[in-house]
Amino acid sequence: MSETRDVSTAAPPAIPAVRVEALHKSFGPNEVLRGIDLGVDSHEVVCLIGASGSGKSTLLRCIDLLEPIDSGRVVLWGNDVFSDPKLDQNLVRRQIGIVFQSFNLFPHMNVLANVTLAPMKALGAGRADAEDEARTLLGRFGLLEKERDYPDRLSGGQQQRVAIVRALAMRPRVMLLDEVTSALDPELVAEVLDVIRELAGSGMTMVIATHEMGFARDIANRVCFLEDGLIVEDAPPSELFRAPADERTQRFLRRIIDAGRL
Amino acid sequence: MGVQPLAGAIGAPDRGPRLFRAGDRRSTVISTVSTVAFVGVLAAIFFLAPGSGVVRHDFFSGTHMWRAFIGNNREGLPGIGTAILLNIKMFLAAEVLILLLALVIALVRQSSGPVMFPLRVVGTIYVDLFRGVPLLLVVYMIGNGVPALNIHFLSTQLPPVYGTAALVLSYSAYDSEVYRAGLNSVHRSQTMAARSLGLSGWTSMRYVVLPQAVRNIVPPLLNDFISLQKDTALVGVIGAIEANQAATIYADNQFNYSSYVVAAILFLILTIPLARFTDHVIRRDRDRRLAGALV
Repeated sequence: MSETRDVSTAAPPAIPAVRVEALHKSFGPNEVLRGIDLGVDSHEVVCLIGASGSGKSTLLRCIDLLEPIDSGRVVLWGNDVFSDPKLDQNLVRRQIGIVFQSFNLFPHMNVLANVTLAPMKALGAGRADAEDEARTLLGRFGLLEKERDYPDRLSGGQQQRVAIVRALAMRPRVMLLDEVTSALDPELVAEVLDVIRELAGSGMTMVIATHEMGFARDIANRVCFLEDGLIVEDAPPSELFRAPADERTQRFLRRIIDAGRL
Repeated sequence: MGVQPLAGAIGAPDRGPRLFRAGDRRSTVISTVSTVAFVGVLAAIFFLAPGSGVVRHDFFSGTHMWRAFIGNNREGLPGIGTAILLNIKMFLAAEVLILLLALVIALVRQSSGPVMFPLRVVGTIYVDLFRGVPLLLVVYMIGNGVPALNIHFLSTQLPPVYGTAALVLSYSAYDSEVYRAGLNSVHRSQTMAARSLGLSGWTSMRYVVLPQAVRNIVPPLLNDFISLQKDTALVGVIGAIEANQAATIYADNQFNYSSYVVAAILFLILTIPLARFTDHVIRRDRDRRLAGALV
């Protein structure tokens, strides 16, 4: 471990967990992120809101090093993760949990195997230890009796909770949630949101892209409104939802209210 | 919805490509009658044809068939019943090697990064070459060319070894493409999910992508293996005494082709179980997908 640099121990706690500076990212001719600046402190919950295609998902994927960036910096616990060629990207990803809209569970593995794969194969944990820890987490989120089930036998809400548990099993220092309730039937949304509330309550640092405005208002320390690859407004939810400063934020929220979503 | 697994979907009546499908008594009667009529017409054509007697003697003589099957050492006639064992051996050896080599070629061709570039080029050339040249020519060239090279132990093997090598070269080129299709059939989001957990590229491939890919390609691979079983007959052209070659020797010596029918029957006995097994796997696979899609 002394050779490879561990981002979790390298930085003193005062440094922000996640800092994004002037981040640009294009897919072909389509510029999705056009200079994003964002800071997230430890134990902070930041919600990203904005229309589909505004760049929320891409931003989260860049933070998790799942997409190469064009320019700018992503600094995690004081480490510039894209410009340092010696940094082991796998090591960085192990400390960041990401949960996707479409769950992306491994369909050929049962719940327990989904959760224990990465601790065993990436961290080198023994099977017994990994399964013990997985059962503790599954129990915490009411999934203990599902450990032998395959993903296609679970409801969407259960699958998404397993995906969250799978990410938590790596003991991440920050969780990125990418519209985790958008693919769920309405009656299954609450069970997933409850899980996220519990995580926030336990002090987990989180960046949450979401369309659930009420949820964002309840849970977030800060809300960022994105439009066309830029953070237009970044404010505490009490301000942003009650008295948005930017005209574009006002327009977006008015549409949401008209649609009865807030 | 969605919460309860649909038990009905698992035990649902099967409408697959089965030979015999459960139906009511009337349809059983109809299918019996039509089968008897069909077989009857074929038999009539066979027995009423002008050359029927000649064909029955030259191709379906029971005595010749039996003698071709057991062979005769004193007359230098190899038995087809023994010779087919060589086909089976070549098939089994080739199958294992093909599965491994094809996977390696597919992984090389799917690899990314500039370091792997020369290997990717080699992989592409290999596949183009051995998919493009008829297997028969590969058998000839390996079987006659490699011994002529006179390289130590490489050039002193028996014909079945060269033949098996030719089968492996040709079929691994084909099946590497089957593997590649399988790897591409696994959605990119699976790799992304694996990588996001901190698994390395290789570990993601090994535990997440490859197991799903292999599941998707079992039917086409089995299909290729049915074909491989038959193509072991081509190795006879470089002097291996396999079933087809044994039948040829008998026919040339005895001026009777019943030996070919014996070889054909033996090949059928080999391939039909594998064909039925392939059907079974395809059906099970489809049922599994249907059940998954419904939940």
